[in-house]
Amino acid sequence: MTAVLKIAREHVDAMIAHAREDHPDEACGVIIGPEGSNVPTRLIRMTNAERSPTFFRFEPQEQFALYKQMSTTGEEIVVVYHSHTATEAYPSRTDISLASEPQAHYLIVSTAESDASEGTVSVRSFRIVDGAVTEEEIDVTE
Amino acid sequence: MSVEVRIPTILRTFTGGEKAVHGDGATLQEVLDDIDARNPGLKDRIVESEALRRFVNVYVNDEDVRFAGGLNASTSDGDVVVVLPAVAGG
Repeated sequence: MTAVLKIAREHVDAMIAHAREDHPDEACGVIIGPEGSNVPTRLIRMTNAERSPTFFRFEPQEQFALYKQMSTTGEEIVVVYHSHTATEAYPSRTDISLASEPQAHYLIVSTAESDASEGTVSVRSFRIVDGAVTEEEIDVTE
Repeated sequence: MSVEVRIPTILRTFTGGEKAVHGDGATLQEVLDDIDARNPGLKDRIVESEALRRFVNVYVNDEDVRFAGGLNASTSDGDVVVVLPAVAGG
């Protein structure tokens, strides 16, 4: 069975917009949804505490606030997204070694070709579990 | 009464799937030692060389322990410890 991430067009557009805004630094965020649903419903931008073109880390207080909110509402992280600003949209060694949300789809937006301007971006989605990377199809819903 | 430790999804393989475990201790270090006795291997995923791992955030009653004594942060009955792996990458 081929894995598929079903995701709304508006979320894809919002992630690309975020990646362009923060270029050349990496942008990051989540799309959360009801626990166990595998349905991404609400996109939340996170601050990249590293403000770096080669690294990202959710600002810890923001991540904790997100955790608290999701425990109250019964939601979880369905998609973790971040951008690559000089390399392809494929998990880096750091992405793989630090991946800690086994239930999540890891979505990467690459702005390497077009920089901050309108133009070609590539968007790819992966599962990263126990160091193993599996690419999955993205089914964009209108 | 004891200290409740909330376990992130990725570490639930050490707790038989439980979302939270309970331990006793007057410091975070003691609580982690106590829960590790019943969930072997769990502490190693949180602590490295006698310090918190760089990419693991730990909170005692909503306070980031990095600013509250680290592993020496004090704990008492009824406290809630949250273990939250940093979402990070490159």
